[in-house]
Amino acid sequence: MSAVIENHHDDHHHGPAKGITRWLYTTNHKDIGTLYLWFSFAMFLIGGAMAMVIRAELFSPGMQIVEPEFYNQMITLHGLIMIFGGVMPAFVGLANWLVPMMIGAPDMALPRMNNLSFWILPFAFFILLSSLFMEGGAPNFGWTFYAPLSTTYAPPSVTFFIFSVHIMGASSIMGSINVVVTIMNMRAPGVGLMKMPLFVWSWLITAYLLIAVMPVLAGAVTMMLMDIHFGTSFFNAAGGGDPVLFQHIFWFFGHPEVYIMILPAFGIVSHIIETFSRKPLFGYASMVWAMLSIAILSFVVWAHHMFTVGMPLAAEIFFMWATMLIAVPTGVKVFNWVATMFRGSITFETPMLFACAFVVLFTIGGLSGLMLAIVPADFQYHDTYFVVAHFHYVLVPGAIFSIMAAVYYWIPKWSGNMYDERLGKLHFWLSFIGVNVTFFPQHFIGLAGMPRRYPDYALQFADWNMVSSVGAFLFGFSQLLFLFIVVKTVIGGKKATDQVWEGAKGLEWTVASPAPYHTFSTPPKVD
Amino acid sequence: MFLNLFKYLNKKILFVILFITAPLINADWFALNMTRGITDISNEVFELHMLIFWICVAIGVLVFGVMFYSMYAHTREKNPVPATFDDNHKLEIAWTIIPFLILIAMAIPASKTLIKMYDDTAGDINIQVTGYQWKWQYRYLEDDVSFFSNLATDWDEINNLVPKGENYLQEVDEMVVIPTGKKVRFLITANDVIHSWWMPAFAIKQDAIPGFVNTAWTKVDVPGIYRGKCTELCGKNHGFMPIVVKVVEQDEYEEWVGIKKEEAQKLAELTTKEWTAEELVSRGQSVYEVNCVACHQTNGQGIAGIFPALVGSDIVLNNKERNIEILMEGVQGAAMNSFSYLSEVEIASVITYTRQSWGNDEKGDGEVVVPKDIVDYKEPKI
Repeated sequence: MSAVIENHHDDHHHGPAKGITRWLYTTNHKDIGTLYLWFSFAMFLIGGAMAMVIRAELFSPGMQIVEPEFYNQMITLHGLIMIFGGVMPAFVGLANWLVPMMIGAPDMALPRMNNLSFWILPFAFFILLSSLFMEGGAPNFGWTFYAPLSTTYAPPSVTFFIFSVHIMGASSIMGSINVVVTIMNMRAPGVGLMKMPLFVWSWLITAYLLIAVMPVLAGAVTMMLMDIHFGTSFFNAAGGGDPVLFQHIFWFFGHPEVYIMILPAFGIVSHIIETFSRKPLFGYASMVWAMLSIAILSFVVWAHHMFTVGMPLAAEIFFMWATMLIAVPTGVKVFNWVATMFRGSITFETPMLFACAFVVLFTIGGLSGLMLAIVPADFQYHDTYFVVAHFHYVLVPGAIFSIMAAVYYWIPKWSGNMYDERLGKLHFWLSFIGVNVTFFPQHFIGLAGMPRRYPDYALQFADWNMVSSVGAFLFGFSQLLFLFIVVKTVIGGKKATDQVWEGAKGLEWTVASPAPYHTFSTPPKVD
Repeated sequence: MFLNLFKYLNKKILFVILFITAPLINADWFALNMTRGITDISNEVFELHMLIFWICVAIGVLVFGVMFYSMYAHTREKNPVPATFDDNHKLEIAWTIIPFLILIAMAIPASKTLIKMYDDTAGDINIQVTGYQWKWQYRYLEDDVSFFSNLATDWDEINNLVPKGENYLQEVDEMVVIPTGKKVRFLITANDVIHSWWMPAFAIKQDAIPGFVNTAWTKVDVPGIYRGKCTELCGKNHGFMPIVVKVVEQDEYEEWVGIKKEEAQKLAELTTKEWTAEELVSRGQSVYEVNCVACHQTNGQGIAGIFPALVGSDIVLNNKERNIEILMEGVQGAAMNSFSYLSEVEIASVITYTRQSWGNDEKGDGEVVVPKDIVDYKEPKI
């Protein structure tokens, strides 16, 4: 036994293995974090290419580039890939890199499972994307896959879609268990729960949400599988089933899922604003309680996605009031960020630019969300471009801007090199302009009456659709600049100091830049 | 910050910005807001929308105002020594309680309007609305009038082969007609997948769900033609099944109902008449173009893997009985639904058309199906 322990101890002095096996066999949290981040970037580009197809088709009225059938496949895959392949793995990658370093742990608690939870993901997306080449085409029923369009009326590839969702779910559940176990057991002495960095807190809450709702999603797709292949009628009215039941199950997963994609962003932005304001974060405890309240409320608001399905009046009123309640803790977070900046000593490096844009644009998305909660008005907004504008404001300049901010903020620590500040700022401004030109006009298009998921539209929507498409192309192609900046930074550049940012606080800034392959083999001392 | 931006601007970026702003100048600035609609309810909804909108604008101005002020006044150059405070209990309590009160102030009028919208008592006129892939059916329950409403825009316009008309994608072959001043209740359901019936001018949007009946009502005082759309993804032609409601004065409405009843009478007479194969084929072609082309395509080849080909299909060639059965009952577990809602003449003629077209008449038995066959099929079997 002691011999084994000795060997294990020796491993700590090894660097990474050489060649491809380093990445296939790795159990190192930093390697796995890198894998997740590159994977999500690849998915971001693929999902983005699909968005370009969508916006190209919508550039002017009439069917130009694709058939309606293929258009539906594009909107479906765009949503699934961006959510499950882009945003979620990016956050898991950040958790892998940062959580152990932030709490003074040597690695994730379950390193082999960590390897597994990453390496099943490429297969899930290979299966999903391969459905594009199957007879009948890829899934074409929207990322919300409402039955019976996704069961009785679905193309045969739906079975592959179900299998790939199962794999993604397994990956997420394993990843979350790993995060929870790591945070609960491996904090360095002195890192109490209420001393944890907010990114760690945000991920702890996110991980619990994932563990709670991913099995629900798995249940929903399994019921679909049964309906399609085994003669059940869960969602088939003709067999005594209930198509609305599907929506209830889906959104019971789907609404917490929305917060899964924004809570880690809250954590990231809190760190960045604190650093570049050179002032302590305002209201740490209320930040934690706000995230907890948002997470708990997320389980009782799901039916606000379904105000038009014909629920009883009492249900409509309950879900309206519960939904509006979420604005309170969300408001607290926004006010805290602003108060952190107030009377600070602010500089605007690229991460701070992205974080400031996050606060403003996420808040716009939150306010349009509040409008959507008002049921009578929602009857006019529901399933129009107003909704598309709303959730893209929350997800693109919300979740995705926070991920970009995180990459600029921590990449000096990861790679040991500073990124090119001039190019970083250029990337920010192109993205900022692109995002707003794309999505702001969609509010107008929606209010004026254009439904979402339409491959073609009436003539009065033509002008703003063209503006939106131009913005989308600008935003899309700007991301190639991001790729260039990241590659350039990884290859070389000005050496980063250990501290990197003057105002940065936290254990990850106490280790060398680049962070050694193994950090905190001995727990640090924290007061 | 902005100074920095300009430093990085080169000609290319200026070109991009010009490219973006050019359509902005041409854009239609009047079509930016929600339609006010023409009913009391739709006006209330519009007022609610504007109320919430201005509250959101006020919150935004306040929050972003403080934030932009900090970004301007509290930079490192202007404020080299940052403050050190990290909480303020009074402030934190205030910004929890005040938003809470604002929310209640918004939710109360919203709930009141909602209660009015949820009045599902019977209307003076009750219309059953059924969503199909990809058209709407309207049945006037009191008057026994029933018809389908299909997109009237020519596919050549959609495919950019001819110029687009004024009501591109917002026109139908038969409008729903309702009278002014009467409470009209819609009973909304679907035959295949979920659709959603949206008429912005009445502030009605209700999902049409197979196996469920949702209700919505309206009372319109202003005659006119109002246009709406399907708002739940329902497959390939989701974007191509618009809704058009024509509101007319009571006497004009009664006249219209009279005409519709006469038409139904004529159709019943057609069923008993003697049909020649040529008559059936020519009538069947028009039925096919409205009901079948979306899946089976104009050339009868279908789409590989989803929608089977009718050309060379053994059932279409040689199995008349099964052919009728499929149209009447649909195919369990497949996208093919029952078309029993069509008239006997329509079903018989469309089957005959498929059996006589695309070379099917040479390969198969080429037997003709007459309306009487469908009437016989519908007879109870003992």
